[in-house]
Parts: sequence; C-alpha cells; structure tokens
Amino acid sequence: MSPRFLPTLVRRQRASLKATLLAPPLALAVAIVLNLGLYMLMGRDPVAVVHAMLLEPFLSWSSFSEVLLKTGPLLLIAQGLAIGFRAKVFNIGAEGQFILGAIFASAIPVWFPQATGGWIWPSMLLLGALGGALWASITAFWRVRLNANEILVSLMLSLVAAQLLYYLLLGPWKDPAGFNFPQSVMFQYDAIVPTLFPGTRVNVSLLIALALSLAAWVFMQKSFMGYKLQVGGLAPRAAGYAGFSEGRAIWLSLLIGGFAAGLAGAAEVAGPLGQLQRSISTGYGYAAIIVAYLGGLHPIGIIVSSLVMAAIYIGGDNAMVSANLPIAAVRVFQGSLLLAYLVAVAFVRYRLEWPHAAARSTP
Amino acid sequence: MSAVEFILAGMLAAATPFLLAALGELVVERAGVLNLGVEGLMALGAVVAFVIVYHGGGHILGFIAAGVSGALLALVFAFIALGFRANQVATGLAIGILGQGLAALFGKSYESLTIKGIGKIAIPGLVDLPVVGGLFVQDIVVWLSLLATLAVWATFAFTRTGLVIRAVGENPKAAHAVGYPVIAVRVAAVAFGGMMAGFAGAYAASVYTPMWADGMIAGRGWIAIALVVFGTWMTGRVFLGACLFGAVSLMSLAAQAAGLNLPSQLLSSLPYLVTILVLGIISADRRLLKLNGVASLGEPFER
Repeated sequence: MSPRFLPTLVRRQRASLKATLLAPPLALAVAIVLNLGLYMLMGRDPVAVVHAMLLEPFLSWSSFSEVLLKTGPLLLIAQGLAIGFRAKVFNIGAEGQFILGAIFASAIPVWFPQATGGWIWPSMLLLGALGGALWASITAFWRVRLNANEILVSLMLSLVAAQLLYYLLLGPWKDPAGFNFPQSVMFQYDAIVPTLFPGTRVNVSLLIALALSLAAWVFMQKSFMGYKLQVGGLAPRAAGYAGFSEGRAIWLSLLIGGFAAGLAGAAEVAGPLGQLQRSISTGYGYAAIIVAYLGGLHPIGIIVSSLVMAAIYIGGDNAMVSANLPIAAVRVFQGSLLLAYLVAVAFVRYRLEWPHAAARSTP
Repeated sequence: MSAVEFILAGMLAAATPFLLAALGELVVERAGVLNLGVEGLMALGAVVAFVIVYHGGGHILGFIAAGVSGALLALVFAFIALGFRANQVATGLAIGILGQGLAALFGKSYESLTIKGIGKIAIPGLVDLPVVGGLFVQDIVVWLSLLATLAVWATFAFTRTGLVIRAVGENPKAAHAVGYPVIAVRVAAVAFGGMMAGFAGAYAASVYTPMWADGMIAGRGWIAIALVVFGTWMTGRVFLGACLFGAVSLMSLAAQAAGLNLPSQLLSSLPYLVTILVLGIISADRRLLKLNGVASLGEPFER
C-alpha cells in the first residue's frame, strides 16, 4: 500500500512514442539546470559557465571541429556497446578494450618506426580493432564458459588494461628520448590517419564511425542476426526455445563491442595523439555507456547523443579555463545526465496516476 | 617480521574497506536489488570523511558524515531504480559515475594532502602469540567491522528483519501478498548499503591511507560487489573473501619488501586478476550460485 498522497506509476497499454522522443532532450535540460545549481553553490558565475560549456563549442568552426573530433570515439564505442545492451549483455569494459586497441595499433609504429607507406594507418586501425575484440573475448569466454558476470569481469579487465598500458609506457615502449615521460615515440607520418578538413584535427575515423553507425542500423533493424540478438535480450527463454543460442549472442555482442572500442582506441593514437600516452582516454569507455543509453540504444539516436556528449567534453574544457570549473564537473554532468534520462524514459512505459484520478477511475 | 606475519598483521585492516562495502551490498542484493554504484558511493564517503577530518572535525564525525552522504546518494539510486523502476544496471553505473565525479569535484583542493590516522588497540595476551600476534593489534574500526559482520550474519540467521529482507528478495509478489512493504524494505536496504559504502570509503581515506587522491578507491567498490558473488550471498564467506583480498592487496607490498623483481604494475593488477580468476571458479559451479542466489535480483517490482 503506497501512501495516498503519492502518485503511482501505471503501465501504459503501449510505449509512448512522444515520451521516447522527448526523453533525451528533457533529460539534458534537467541535467543542465541541476548542474548549474551546483556551480552556483560553488560560487561560479552561471552566465559564464553556460557560455563556456553550452555555447562556445558551437560558436566557432575551430571549437566545433574539436567537438566532431571527440564525437568519433564516443560514437564508435557507443554503437558497439548498444548492440550488446539490446541483447542484455552489459559490457562495461569498453575502456579496457579501447586501451588494448590503442596498444595493438601502436605496436606497428613502435616496432617499425622507419616504415613508410599508405598501408600503415589502415593496418593500425585493423590491428587495434582486433586487439579490442581480443580483450573482450576474455570476458565472453568467462561469461559463456564459466558463467561469470560480464559486468564485473569486463570492468576488472579495464583496470588491468590501464596497468598494462603503464607497464609498457614506463618500460619496454618508453621513448628513450622522451625525458622520462611515460609515453612512446612520436609516430611517423604514415602512421597518422588523414585529416578531413584542413586546419582541423577531424580525421577519417569520424567517417568510419558514421559508416559503422549505418552498418549497425542495418544490422539491428534489417538483419536476422540482429533480430535474434534483440529477441534474446527481450525474452531469453523464448529465444532459447526458438533455437537462438544465448552463448552465441554473448560472444557476438562482446566481440562487436570490443572491435568498435579497439578501433576507437587505435584511431585516437593514430589520430590526434600521434603516440601512445598514459592519458589516451578521458573515460571514453564509460562516457560511451551514457551515450548509448541517451541515444535510446538506437543507431541513429546514438549519432545525436555522441555529438551532445562530445560537446559536453569540449564545453567542460572551456569552462575549466574561462569559468575556473574543475574538469571533474564533466563527470558529474555525465552521471546526472544518465540519471535524468532514466527518470525521463520511465514515462515511455509508465504514466503517473495521481491519487484523485485513481479514486475516480476505480469504481 | 616474516612475510606471513606481515600479511596477517595487515590483512584485516586492508580487508576492512572491502568488508564494509560488501556487507552493505550483501544486504542490498539479499533484498533483491543490484546497486552497481558502490565505487562512487565509496569515493564520496572517502572525500567527505577526509575533508571533515582535515578541518579538525575528528574521525567520528567524519565517519558519520561519510555514512550519511553514502546513504543519501544511495537514496537517489533507490528513487530512480525503485521509484521509477529504471534499469538497475544503468542506474547503478550512473550513480557510480556521479559519485566519483562529485568526489573529484569536492576533493579537488584536497588532492594529495594527508591527515593523521587513528591509533590501534591491542588485545592483551593474544598480541604476544607468535606469528598471529599481529592479528590482535587493530584500530577500532576493524574491531567494529568484525562486529558488523556478526550483526549482519545474526540478522539473517535469527531475526524477523532478516527473514523479511530475504522474502522481499526471493519472492517480492508473495512478500507483498502477505503484507510486507516490498519497496520500503528495498529502499531501507539500499540506504543501509550506501551508508556502509560511505563507511568503507571513510576508512580508506581517513584511516587506512589517511589521504585523498582522485581514483584512490581503485576498483575496491567493484571488488566488493564481486565479493558478494564469491560469498554466494553468505555473510561468513563474504568475510573470508574480504580477508583474501586484504591479503592479496598486501602481497604487492610484501613482494617488494622481499626483493622480488616484478613490475609494480603486475602487482597492482593482482587484486583485479584474482577477482577475475575467483569469479570464474565460483561461477562455474552453477548449482552453488542457484542454491544461494537471490531469485529476483535486479528485477523491478510491480504489483
């Protein structure tokens, strides 16, 4: 018995399309208001913060191109994760798969620093994607063969991946001429992906991410395999009776997720960074989880949500400089955005029924 | 001091953050809720306790405030995951990210500062035992968390409260039918879990290593969640698991002291590697997990 003065959630006859489309922008608005309140409590000027965080990323081509640059990895990782999430496979270890992708891709320029040729950066991307998939396959094996929870295993593997990265950068892969900084040698020209627009850092990997988004859309909406994955997520028992193997769904979800995250990691070192560094990721693997949900786990929605999340990153950088806001504010924004979305999305399936209306409807 | 003595002496203190957080999550999961935000709850508790102790508020106030802030953030989880029946995995992850973000934000100006820890209490007589003597010199929080372990165990074993929590977790529909307030019990369990995670963070940042640094919880919240699985939702086994992880996290120090020439990164990943390994071993016995697992874990309750 819930108290009389509280509204209750009543399941809708069918999911509300209006609520589905309204949920993400509404969540964004709520998150903005909540965070502005927090910044004001911290004594920051809200006008300056709004300007730096929300407007500046879009005000000049140079900063918008940085937004596009950040969109690439978020889009790639989130598309991969969303396929798994739809199948109820919660790979939250994209951060580690991203790191492994970066490590695998760096192997070519680190071991063959003199190599030249147009084949180098494409093979780095491919190798990185395979590295990510390989790292994810450990989780898949543990889940399918040993029945271990994929959330915990994939997360633990991310923490291990970070240590592996430090080991390489402080040991065998450290740049001997790098003044003892934990970073690899700078990559040669052919190990860098071509940029798209002169004067910006936006590169080919954004096009790859968009192409893979299209592929994800076709896979999830049009292919039998994608259909099987989604049925497995919605009704595992029904899927089992229909002969859809749960094990195969888990392998597929994790390998796709790892492949995409590894590709993103490779594109980061072969792109804007140009070397393997300790801070190759600013939590892309975790932010992409939010991007995936905010995009409604839908390939098209994710394109929009990855742009939004990229703008939050760039806006956060701006606010750090001009409004003296610690960069941790971005994490707070990310967390509160997902929470606001989860509340908003509840109204897709449920509607609030206030006590007096309930009294009228029950005779 | 031999390596064994060193590990035995420090094991319980190293285990305490794992133990406190895992005891909380155990109660949460027994009530049928999966809260994956423990890492963020611990980080928040750690900062709150550190800041209070740093400004002279004392450890007791620090722990209380950390417990309260952990419980409050956990109530946000409860509001969204239980009130709005949101996906518990996603809500927990969001709480984790939010908690770590808030901790980094509040802790920004306290980065890498240090405070004074607290003294240890020795049990007379037992201290002088050979090899295991170190086990009996511990700070008050360690002794209290042993009591907390006993209390959680006794609650589930003997009390009506424990029975209600289990009923709500096993079969919420039936529990509701016989008149137990399912949502209220779950909210209370989540708040308790948040408080314990707050205490765990407070211990990590104000007693165990009396300093604050962003990322200092270093996966301990996640390991605590894994410990509940290792312990197959049984209090005693969760305690043993926490001790194992206390010992594992000391092994890197012991190995360095023993002059073993291993890369420090390998030693730092030891707790994570052991988690992966043990998780695989325990989970492979599906019968064991089914026998003790919580039937409605993670499922939203709808009348």
